[in-house]
Amino acid sequence: MKTTLSITLVFVLLLSLYSSAIAEERLKMSTTTSTQDSGLLKVLLPPFEKNNNCRVDVIAVGTGQALKLGEAGDVDLVFVHARKLEDKFMTDGFGVNRRDVMYNDFVIIGPQNDPAGIAKAGSSAKALQMIAAKESNFISRGDKSGTHTKEKELWQAARISPKGRWYIEAGQGMGPVITMATERRGYTLTDRGTYNAFKNQKTDLKILYQGEKGLFNPYGIMAVNPKKHPHVKYDLAMRFIEYVTGPEGLKIIAQYKAHGEPVFFIFKK
Amino acid sequence: MDFFTESFRSAFELITANDPEVISAVTVSVSVSLWSTLFASIIGIPAGVAVGAYQFPGKRGIVTLLNTLMALPTVVVGLGVYGVLSRQGPMGELGLLFTPQAMIIGQTLLAIPIIAHNTVSAVTGANPCIIPTAMTLGAGPLQSMIKLVSEVRFGIMAAVIAGLGRVIAEVGVAMILGGNIRGHTRTMTTAIAMETGKGEFAFGLALGIILMGIALIINLFLNTLQQR
Repeated sequence: MKTTLSITLVFVLLLSLYSSAIAEERLKMSTTTSTQDSGLLKVLLPPFEKNNNCRVDVIAVGTGQALKLGEAGDVDLVFVHARKLEDKFMTDGFGVNRRDVMYNDFVIIGPQNDPAGIAKAGSSAKALQMIAAKESNFISRGDKSGTHTKEKELWQAARISPKGRWYIEAGQGMGPVITMATERRGYTLTDRGTYNAFKNQKTDLKILYQGEKGLFNPYGIMAVNPKKHPHVKYDLAMRFIEYVTGPEGLKIIAQYKAHGEPVFFIFKK
Repeated sequence: MDFFTESFRSAFELITANDPEVISAVTVSVSVSLWSTLFASIIGIPAGVAVGAYQFPGKRGIVTLLNTLMALPTVVVGLGVYGVLSRQGPMGELGLLFTPQAMIIGQTLLAIPIIAHNTVSAVTGANPCIIPTAMTLGAGPLQSMIKLVSEVRFGIMAAVIAGLGRVIAEVGVAMILGGNIRGHTRTMTTAIAMETGKGEFAFGLALGIILMGIALIINLFLNTLQQR
Protein backbone atom coordinates (compact mmCIF):
# COMPACT_ATOMS: atom_id res chain seq x y z
CA MET A 1 0.00 0.00 0.00
CA LYS A 2 2.77 2.39 0.94
CA THR A 3 4.69 1.63 -2.25
CA THR A 4 1.54 2.15 -4.34
CA LEU A 5 1.10 5.58 -2.80
CA SER A 6 4.74 6.48 -3.26
CA ILE A 7 4.63 5.37 -6.88
CA THR A 8 1.54 7.49 -7.45
CA LEU A 9 3.28 10.49 -5.93
CA VAL A 10 6.37 10.03 -8.11
CA PHE A 11 4.13 9.57 -11.14
CA VAL A 12 2.24 12.78 -10.44
CA LEU A 13 5.51 14.66 -10.06
CA LEU A 14 6.94 13.26 -13.30
CA LEU A 15 3.73 14.04 -15.13
CA SER A 16 3.84 17.63 -13.97
CA LEU A 17 7.46 17.87 -15.09
CA TYR A 18 6.50 16.50 -18.48
CA SER A 19 3.65 18.92 -18.99
CA SER A 20 5.84 21.89 -18.11
CA ALA A 21 8.54 20.61 -20.46
CA ILE A 22 6.38 20.62 -23.61
CA ALA A 23 8.05 23.44 -25.47
CA GLU A 24 6.02 25.66 -27.70
CA GLU A 25 7.62 28.87 -28.75
CA ARG A 26 6.76 31.48 -26.15
CA LEU A 27 6.53 35.19 -26.71
CA LYS A 28 6.66 37.30 -23.57
CA MET A 29 4.70 40.53 -23.56
CA SER A 30 4.38 42.96 -20.69
CA THR A 31 1.25 45.04 -20.78
CA THR A 32 -1.03 47.11 -18.61
CA THR A 33 -3.72 45.65 -16.42
CA SER A 34 -6.40 47.41 -18.48
CA THR A 35 -5.76 45.34 -21.63
CA GLN A 36 -5.97 42.13 -19.61
CA ASP A 37 -8.77 43.04 -17.19
CA SER A 38 -10.97 44.38 -19.99
CA GLY A 39 -10.90 40.89 -21.50
CA LEU A 40 -9.55 42.13 -24.84
CA LEU A 41 -6.48 39.90 -24.83
CA LYS A 42 -8.61 36.79 -24.45
CA VAL A 43 -10.02 37.38 -27.94
CA LEU A 44 -7.01 39.12 -29.48
CA LEU A 45 -4.33 36.53 -28.74
CA PRO A 46 -5.80 33.13 -29.76
CA PRO A 47 -5.89 33.70 -33.58
CA PHE A 48 -2.24 34.77 -33.55
CA GLU A 49 -1.21 31.90 -31.29
CA LYS A 50 -2.94 29.43 -33.57
CA ASN A 51 -1.47 30.78 -36.82
CA ASN A 52 2.04 31.00 -35.48
CA ASN A 53 1.97 27.90 -33.30
CA CYS A 54 3.16 29.82 -30.28
CA ARG A 55 1.98 31.06 -26.91
CA VAL A 56 1.89 34.70 -25.91
CA ASP A 57 2.77 34.96 -22.22
CA VAL A 58 1.11 38.06 -20.84
CA ILE A 59 2.58 39.79 -17.80
CA ALA A 60 0.00 42.39 -16.80
CA VAL A 61 1.45 45.16 -14.62
CA GLY A 62 1.44 48.95 -14.52
CA THR A 63 2.87 50.79 -17.54
CA GLY A 64 5.97 51.90 -15.58
CA GLN A 65 6.82 48.35 -14.58
CA ALA A 66 5.94 46.98 -18.02
CA LEU A 67 8.50 49.31 -19.61
CA LYS A 68 11.08 48.38 -16.94
CA LEU A 69 10.65 44.72 -17.88
CA GLY A 70 11.37 45.73 -21.48
CA GLU A 71 14.44 47.72 -20.46
CA ALA A 72 15.81 44.70 -18.59
CA GLY A 73 15.09 42.44 -21.56
CA ASP A 74 12.81 40.21 -19.52
CA VAL A 75 10.06 40.49 -22.15
CA ASP A 76 10.05 40.52 -25.96
CA LEU A 77 7.55 43.31 -26.45
CA VAL A 78 5.63 45.96 -24.55
CA PHE A 79 2.01 47.08 -24.99
CA VAL A 80 1.25 50.12 -22.81
CA HIS A 81 -0.39 53.53 -22.53
CA ALA A 82 1.79 56.47 -21.46
CA ARG A 83 3.06 58.28 -24.52
CA LYS A 84 5.76 60.27 -22.72
CA LEU A 85 7.24 57.21 -21.01
CA GLU A 86 7.01 55.28 -24.28
CA ASP A 87 8.89 58.03 -26.11
CA LYS A 88 11.62 57.95 -23.48
CA PHE A 89 11.80 54.16 -23.80
CA MET A 90 12.26 54.59 -27.56
CA THR A 91 14.82 57.42 -27.46
CA ASP A 92 16.84 55.55 -24.83
CA GLY A 93 17.14 52.80 -27.41
CA PHE A 94 15.30 50.08 -25.49
CA GLY A 95 12.48 49.75 -27.99
CA VAL A 96 12.08 49.63 -31.76
CA ASN A 97 9.15 49.93 -34.17
CA ARG A 98 6.62 51.58 -31.92
CA ARG A 99 3.12 51.60 -33.40
CA ASP A 100 -0.13 53.19 -32.32
CA VAL A 101 -2.74 50.52 -31.68
CA MET A 102 -5.92 51.90 -30.18
CA TYR A 103 -7.27 54.46 -27.76
CA ASN A 104 -9.98 55.21 -25.28
CA ASP A 105 -10.15 58.02 -22.76
CA PHE A 106 -9.76 58.81 -19.11
CA VAL A 107 -12.70 59.94 -17.01
CA ILE A 108 -12.99 61.30 -13.49
CA ILE A 109 -15.45 59.32 -11.44
CA GLY A 110 -16.88 60.03 -8.02
CA PRO A 111 -19.95 59.70 -5.81
CA GLN A 112 -23.23 60.66 -7.43
CA ASN A 113 -23.86 63.56 -5.03
CA ASP A 114 -20.54 65.05 -6.25
CA PRO A 115 -19.43 66.82 -3.01
CA ALA A 116 -16.87 69.00 -4.82
CA GLY A 117 -19.27 69.82 -7.64
CA ILE A 118 -16.85 68.91 -10.44
CA ALA A 119 -19.60 68.02 -12.90
CA LYS A 120 -19.83 71.72 -13.73
CA ALA A 121 -16.06 72.27 -13.74
CA GLY A 122 -15.55 72.88 -17.43
CA SER A 123 -11.98 71.62 -17.46
CA SER A 124 -10.09 68.81 -15.81
CA ALA A 125 -7.72 71.33 -14.20
CA LYS A 126 -10.68 73.15 -12.67
CA ALA A 127 -12.19 69.84 -11.53
CA LEU A 128 -9.00 68.88 -9.68
CA GLN A 129 -8.75 72.34 -8.15
CA MET A 130 -12.30 71.99 -6.83
CA ILE A 131 -11.54 68.57 -5.34
CA ALA A 132 -8.39 69.94 -3.67
CA ALA A 133 -10.21 73.03 -2.37
CA LYS A 134 -12.96 70.90 -0.83
CA GLU A 135 -10.41 68.33 0.33
CA SER A 136 -12.70 65.61 -0.94
CA ASN A 137 -11.14 62.14 -0.93
CA PHE A 138 -9.17 61.48 -4.08
CA ILE A 139 -7.66 58.05 -4.63
CA SER A 140 -4.45 58.06 -6.65
CA ARG A 141 -3.02 54.93 -8.25
CA GLY A 142 0.40 55.94 -6.92
CA ASP A 143 2.08 53.11 -8.85
CA LYS A 144 3.78 54.78 -11.83
CA SER A 145 1.21 53.25 -14.15
CA GLY A 146 -0.03 54.96 -17.31
CA THR A 147 -3.07 56.25 -15.46
CA HIS A 148 -0.93 57.52 -12.59
CA THR A 149 1.35 59.29 -15.08
CA LYS A 150 -1.67 60.96 -16.66
CA GLU A 151 -3.01 61.94 -13.25
CA LYS A 152 0.25 63.62 -12.31
CA GLU A 153 0.17 65.54 -15.60
CA LEU A 154 -3.33 66.74 -14.79
CA TRP A 155 -2.38 67.90 -11.28
CA GLN A 156 0.56 69.73 -12.77
CA ALA A 157 -1.70 71.41 -15.29
CA ALA A 158 -3.95 72.42 -12.39
CA ARG A 159 -0.88 73.89 -10.61
CA ILE A 160 -1.52 71.84 -7.49
CA SER A 161 0.76 69.40 -5.73
CA PRO A 162 -1.80 67.27 -3.93
CA LYS A 163 -1.01 66.61 -0.30
CA GLY A 164 -3.02 65.84 2.79
CA ARG A 165 -5.29 63.24 4.29
CA TRP A 166 -7.76 63.58 1.44
CA TYR A 167 -5.16 62.55 -1.18
CA ILE A 168 -4.87 58.78 -0.86
CA GLU A 169 -2.04 57.06 -2.69
CA ALA A 170 -3.13 53.48 -3.07
CA GLY A 171 -0.17 51.94 -4.89
CA GLN A 172 -2.51 49.46 -6.52
CA GLY A 173 -4.07 48.57 -9.88
CA MET A 174 -7.08 50.28 -11.44
CA GLY A 175 -9.61 47.77 -10.17
CA PRO A 176 -8.60 47.96 -6.50
CA VAL A 177 -8.48 51.75 -6.75
CA ILE A 178 -12.05 51.95 -8.09
CA THR A 179 -13.12 49.64 -5.26
CA MET A 180 -11.29 51.83 -2.74
CA ALA A 181 -12.84 55.00 -4.17
CA THR A 182 -16.26 53.38 -3.88
CA GLU A 183 -15.71 52.43 -0.26
CA ARG A 184 -14.18 55.77 0.73
CA ARG A 185 -16.71 57.78 -1.31
CA GLY A 186 -13.89 59.48 -3.18
CA TYR A 187 -12.97 60.63 -6.66
CA THR A 188 -10.47 58.95 -8.94
CA LEU A 189 -9.12 59.07 -12.47
CA THR A 190 -9.75 55.90 -14.46
CA ASP A 191 -9.66 54.68 -18.02
CA ARG A 192 -13.14 54.27 -19.40
CA GLY A 193 -12.63 50.57 -20.17
CA THR A 194 -11.96 49.53 -16.59
CA TYR A 195 -14.75 51.77 -15.33
CA ASN A 196 -17.21 50.18 -17.78
CA ALA A 197 -16.26 46.78 -16.45
CA PHE A 198 -16.97 47.96 -12.87
CA LYS A 199 -20.02 50.16 -13.22
CA ASN A 200 -23.42 49.15 -11.83
CA GLN A 201 -22.46 45.83 -10.26
CA LYS A 202 -19.14 46.65 -8.60
CA THR A 203 -19.24 50.40 -8.12
CA ASP A 204 -21.96 53.01 -7.79
CA LEU A 205 -19.59 55.84 -8.65
CA LYS A 206 -20.55 57.91 -11.69
CA ILE A 207 -18.59 59.59 -14.44
CA LEU A 208 -18.51 63.23 -13.36
CA TYR A 209 -16.03 64.70 -15.79
CA GLN A 210 -15.15 63.54 -19.31
CA GLY A 211 -14.65 64.45 -22.94
CA GLU A 212 -11.58 66.67 -22.86
CA LYS A 213 -8.72 66.47 -25.35
CA GLY A 214 -6.20 66.13 -22.50
CA LEU A 215 -7.95 62.98 -21.32
CA PHE A 216 -7.09 61.09 -24.50
CA ASN A 217 -5.62 57.65 -23.72
CA PRO A 218 -3.67 56.10 -26.60
CA TYR A 219 -2.06 52.65 -26.45
CA GLY A 220 1.20 51.82 -28.17
CA ILE A 221 3.01 48.57 -28.88
CA MET A 222 6.74 48.20 -29.42
CA ALA A 223 9.37 45.49 -29.72
CA VAL A 224 12.33 45.30 -27.37
CA ASN A 225 15.48 46.31 -29.24
CA PRO A 226 17.40 43.15 -30.26
CA LYS A 227 20.60 45.23 -30.42
CA LYS A 228 20.31 45.85 -26.65
CA HIS A 229 19.07 42.36 -25.84
CA PRO A 230 20.14 39.80 -28.47
CA HIS A 231 18.11 37.01 -26.84
CA VAL A 232 14.69 38.60 -27.48
CA LYS A 233 12.39 36.96 -30.00
CA TYR A 234 12.38 39.95 -32.27
CA ASP A 235 10.97 38.28 -35.40
CA LEU A 236 8.03 36.77 -33.57
CA ALA A 237 7.47 40.04 -31.69
CA MET A 238 7.36 41.91 -35.01
CA ARG A 239 4.93 39.37 -36.43
CA PHE A 240 2.71 40.00 -33.41
CA ILE A 241 2.95 43.77 -33.86
CA GLU A 242 2.06 43.42 -37.56
CA TYR A 243 -0.89 41.26 -36.57
CA VAL A 244 -2.23 43.59 -33.88
CA THR A 245 -1.88 46.71 -36.02
CA GLY A 246 -2.98 44.91 -39.20
CA PRO A 247 -6.55 44.49 -40.45
CA GLU A 248 -7.23 41.28 -38.50
CA GLY A 249 -6.11 42.59 -35.12
CA LEU A 250 -7.72 46.00 -35.53
CA LYS A 251 -11.01 44.41 -36.51
CA ILE A 252 -11.01 42.33 -33.32
CA ILE A 253 -10.20 45.41 -31.22
CA ALA A 254 -12.90 47.55 -32.85
CA GLN A 255 -15.54 44.87 -32.47
CA TYR A 256 -14.69 43.93 -28.88
CA LYS A 257 -17.37 44.84 -26.38
CA ALA A 258 -17.60 44.51 -22.61
CA HIS A 259 -21.07 44.74 -21.09
CA GLY A 260 -22.39 45.68 -24.52
CA GLU A 261 -20.14 48.71 -24.90
CA PRO A 262 -16.96 49.13 -26.94
CA VAL A 263 -13.87 49.43 -24.78
CA PHE A 264 -11.17 50.49 -27.23
CA PHE A 265 -11.28 52.42 -30.50
CA ILE A 266 -8.93 52.16 -33.46
CA PHE A 267 -7.35 55.10 -35.21
CA LYS A 268 -9.03 56.16 -38.46
CA LYS A 269 -6.60 55.71 -41.33
CA MET B 1 -24.50 37.01 3.83
CA ASP B 2 -25.11 37.21 0.11
CA PHE B 3 -21.39 37.46 -0.53
CA PHE B 4 -20.59 34.15 1.16
CA THR B 5 -23.48 32.18 -0.27
CA GLU B 6 -22.57 33.55 -3.70
CA SER B 7 -18.94 32.45 -3.14
CA PHE B 8 -19.87 28.91 -2.17
CA ARG B 9 -22.32 28.65 -5.02
CA SER B 10 -19.75 29.79 -7.54
CA ALA B 11 -17.08 27.51 -6.02
CA PHE B 12 -19.45 24.60 -6.49
CA GLU B 13 -20.23 25.68 -10.05
CA LEU B 14 -16.54 25.97 -10.88
CA ILE B 15 -15.83 22.48 -9.59
CA THR B 16 -18.66 20.93 -11.55
CA ALA B 17 -17.99 22.98 -14.71
CA ASN B 18 -14.43 21.68 -15.24
CA ASP B 19 -13.40 25.18 -16.23
CA PRO B 20 -10.08 24.79 -18.11
CA GLU B 21 -8.59 27.92 -16.56
CA VAL B 22 -9.36 26.76 -13.04
CA ILE B 23 -7.99 23.30 -13.80
CA SER B 24 -4.81 24.85 -15.16
CA ALA B 25 -4.41 27.08 -12.08
CA VAL B 26 -4.94 24.07 -9.80
CA THR B 27 -2.42 22.00 -11.78
CA VAL B 28 0.19 24.75 -11.68
CA SER B 29 -0.37 25.35 -7.95
CA VAL B 30 -0.14 21.68 -7.05
CA SER B 31 2.78 20.73 -9.28
CA VAL B 32 4.89 23.79 -8.46
CA SER B 33 4.37 23.41 -4.72
CA LEU B 34 4.96 19.64 -4.77
CA TRP B 35 8.23 20.11 -6.65
CA SER B 36 9.33 22.90 -4.31
CA THR B 37 8.50 20.82 -1.27
CA LEU B 38 10.37 17.85 -2.72
CA PHE B 39 13.53 19.88 -3.39
CA ALA B 40 13.26 21.70 -0.06
CA SER B 41 12.92 18.33 1.70
CA ILE B 42 15.99 16.93 -0.06
CA ILE B 43 17.99 19.87 1.28
CA GLY B 44 16.14 20.68 4.49
CA ILE B 45 15.72 17.23 6.07
CA PRO B 46 19.40 16.16 6.01
CA ALA B 47 20.44 19.65 7.12
CA GLY B 48 17.90 19.58 9.95
CA VAL B 49 18.94 16.09 11.06
CA ALA B 50 22.61 17.08 11.05
CA VAL B 51 21.98 20.25 13.05
CA GLY B 52 19.63 18.47 15.44
CA ALA B 53 21.68 15.35 16.11
CA TYR B 54 25.13 16.84 16.63
CA GLN B 55 26.53 19.27 19.13
CA PHE B 56 28.92 21.79 17.64
CA PRO B 57 29.95 25.39 18.22
CA GLY B 58 27.54 27.84 16.60
CA LYS B 59 24.63 25.41 16.69
CA ARG B 60 22.47 27.83 18.65
CA GLY B 61 23.24 30.53 16.10
CA ILE B 62 22.17 28.30 13.22
CA VAL B 63 18.91 27.41 14.95
CA THR B 64 18.21 31.10 15.57
CA LEU B 65 19.01 31.82 11.93
CA LEU B 66 16.57 29.11 10.79
CA ASN B 67 13.96 30.56 13.14
CA THR B 68 14.43 33.98 11.60
CA LEU B 69 14.38 32.70 8.03
CA MET B 70 10.99 31.12 8.71
CA ALA B 71 9.70 34.68 8.94
CA LEU B 72 11.08 35.61 5.49
CA PRO B 73 8.43 37.58 3.65
CA THR B 74 7.53 35.82 0.41
CA VAL B 75 7.94 39.02 -1.61
CA VAL B 76 11.50 39.39 -0.31
CA VAL B 77 12.38 35.89 -1.51
CA GLY B 78 10.63 36.71 -4.77
CA LEU B 79 12.58 39.93 -5.26
CA GLY B 80 15.90 38.30 -4.35
CA VAL B 81 15.42 35.49 -6.86
CA TYR B 82 14.07 38.02 -9.38
CA GLY B 83 17.35 39.93 -9.20
CA VAL B 84 19.25 36.75 -9.94
CA LEU B 85 17.02 35.44 -12.73
CA SER B 86 16.28 38.71 -14.55
CA ARG B 87 18.16 39.21 -17.81
CA GLN B 88 20.15 41.84 -15.95
CA GLY B 89 21.07 39.39 -13.22
CA PRO B 90 23.85 36.80 -12.95
CA MET B 91 21.66 33.94 -14.18
CA GLY B 92 19.73 35.92 -16.76
CA GLU B 93 21.14 33.86 -19.62
CA LEU B 94 18.93 30.95 -18.60
CA GLY B 95 15.78 32.93 -19.33
CA LEU B 96 13.98 31.44 -16.35
CA LEU B 97 12.07 34.51 -15.17
CA PHE B 98 8.28 34.15 -15.55
CA THR B 99 8.39 30.35 -15.81
CA PRO B 100 7.19 27.63 -13.41
CA GLN B 101 10.85 26.75 -12.84
CA ALA B 102 11.49 30.21 -11.41
CA MET B 103 8.55 29.76 -9.05
CA ILE B 104 9.92 26.39 -7.94
CA ILE B 105 13.30 27.98 -7.14
CA GLY B 106 11.68 30.72 -5.06
CA GLN B 107 9.28 28.43 -3.24
CA THR B 108 12.06 25.93 -2.51
CA LEU B 109 14.04 28.67 -0.79
CA LEU B 110 10.90 29.59 1.13
CA ALA B 111 10.28 26.04 2.33
CA ILE B 112 13.85 25.02 3.25
CA PRO B 113 14.01 26.92 6.59
CA ILE B 114 10.59 25.64 7.62
CA ILE B 115 11.38 22.02 6.84
CA ALA B 116 14.91 22.25 8.30
CA HIS B 117 13.77 23.96 11.47
CA ASN B 118 10.89 21.59 12.12
CA THR B 119 13.25 18.66 11.46
CA VAL B 120 15.69 20.08 14.01
CA SER B 121 12.85 20.28 16.53
CA ALA B 122 11.77 16.70 15.81
CA VAL B 123 15.32 15.38 16.13
CA THR B 124 16.03 17.39 19.28
CA GLY B 125 12.86 16.08 20.85
CA ALA B 126 13.79 12.45 20.17
CA ASN B 127 15.25 10.21 22.81
CA PRO B 128 18.95 11.21 23.07
CA CYS B 129 19.89 7.56 23.66
CA ILE B 130 18.95 6.45 20.12
CA ILE B 131 22.31 7.13 18.50
CA PRO B 132 24.53 5.86 21.37
CA THR B 133 22.34 2.76 21.73
CA ALA B 134 22.49 2.02 18.01
CA MET B 135 26.25 2.53 18.07
CA THR B 136 26.77 0.11 20.98
CA LEU B 137 24.62 -2.41 19.16
CA GLY B 138 27.16 -2.26 16.37
CA ALA B 139 25.60 0.16 13.91
CA GLY B 140 27.83 2.55 11.95
CA PRO B 141 27.28 6.33 12.09
CA LEU B 142 25.11 6.27 8.94
CA GLN B 143 23.04 3.34 10.14
CA SER B 144 22.42 4.92 13.52
CA MET B 145 21.43 8.12 11.72
CA ILE B 146 18.90 6.19 9.63
CA LYS B 147 17.59 4.62 12.83
CA LEU B 148 17.19 8.09 14.33
CA VAL B 149 15.33 9.38 11.27
CA SER B 150 12.97 6.44 11.26
CA GLU B 151 12.25 7.06 14.96
CA VAL B 152 11.28 10.69 14.31
CA ARG B 153 9.62 10.12 10.90
CA PHE B 154 6.30 11.56 12.09
CA GLY B 155 7.98 14.78 13.12
CA ILE B 156 9.75 14.97 9.77
CA MET B 157 6.51 14.31 7.92
CA ALA B 158 4.95 17.16 9.87
CA ALA B 159 7.88 19.34 8.79
CA VAL B 160 7.26 18.47 5.13
CA ILE B 161 3.55 19.17 5.48
CA ALA B 162 4.29 22.53 7.09
CA GLY B 163 6.59 23.37 4.17
CA LEU B 164 3.97 22.37 1.64
CA GLY B 165 1.37 24.43 3.44
CA ARG B 166 3.60 27.47 3.26
CA VAL B 167 4.30 27.24 -0.47
CA ILE B 168 0.85 26.27 -1.72
CA ALA B 169 -0.69 29.21 0.14
CA GLU B 170 1.84 31.90 -0.74
CA VAL B 171 1.30 34.53 -3.40
CA GLY B 172 4.40 36.77 -3.32
CA VAL B 173 6.89 34.42 -4.98
CA ALA B 174 4.34 33.09 -7.43
CA MET B 175 3.33 36.59 -8.52
CA ILE B 176 6.82 38.12 -8.81
CA LEU B 177 8.64 35.16 -10.35
CA GLY B 178 5.76 33.60 -12.27
CA GLY B 179 4.09 36.76 -13.50
CA ASN B 180 0.55 35.32 -13.31
CA ILE B 181 0.61 34.18 -16.96
CA ARG B 182 -2.66 32.56 -17.94
CA GLY B 183 -2.37 28.82 -18.43
CA HIS B 184 1.35 28.87 -17.66
CA THR B 185 2.27 30.38 -14.31
CA ARG B 186 -1.14 31.38 -12.98
CA THR B 187 -1.67 29.62 -9.67
CA MET B 188 -4.73 29.53 -7.46
CA THR B 189 -3.32 32.27 -5.25
CA THR B 190 -2.28 34.63 -8.05
CA ALA B 191 -5.66 34.04 -9.69
CA ILE B 192 -7.35 34.99 -6.40
CA ALA B 193 -5.25 38.16 -6.19
CA MET B 194 -6.15 39.04 -9.78
CA GLU B 195 -9.87 38.38 -9.40
CA THR B 196 -9.88 40.48 -6.23
CA GLY B 197 -8.24 43.28 -8.22
CA LYS B 198 -10.95 43.01 -10.84
CA GLY B 199 -13.56 43.36 -8.12
CA GLU B 200 -14.71 39.75 -8.52
CA PHE B 201 -14.64 39.11 -4.79
CA ALA B 202 -17.05 36.18 -4.70
CA PHE B 203 -15.19 34.48 -7.54
CA GLY B 204 -11.88 35.03 -5.74
CA LEU B 205 -13.25 33.51 -2.57
CA ALA B 206 -14.62 30.61 -4.59
CA LEU B 207 -11.10 29.90 -5.84
CA GLY B 208 -9.93 30.10 -2.23
CA ILE B 209 -12.47 27.49 -1.22
CA ILE B 210 -11.25 25.19 -3.99
CA LEU B 211 -7.63 25.74 -2.89
CA MET B 212 -8.56 24.71 0.65
CA GLY B 213 -10.20 21.59 -0.76
CA ILE B 214 -7.05 20.71 -2.70
CA ALA B 215 -4.90 21.26 0.40
CA LEU B 216 -7.23 18.97 2.32
CA ILE B 217 -6.90 16.23 -0.30
CA ILE B 218 -3.09 16.49 -0.33
CA ASN B 219 -2.95 16.35 3.47
CA LEU B 220 -5.27 13.36 3.60
CA PHE B 221 -3.00 11.67 1.09
CA LEU B 222 0.14 12.44 3.13
CA ASN B 223 -1.68 11.32 6.25
CA THR B 224 -2.33 7.94 4.67
CA LEU B 225 1.36 7.69 3.84
CA GLN B 226 2.18 8.48 7.44
CA GLN B 227 -0.20 5.88 8.86
CA ARG B 228 1.52 3.00 7.05
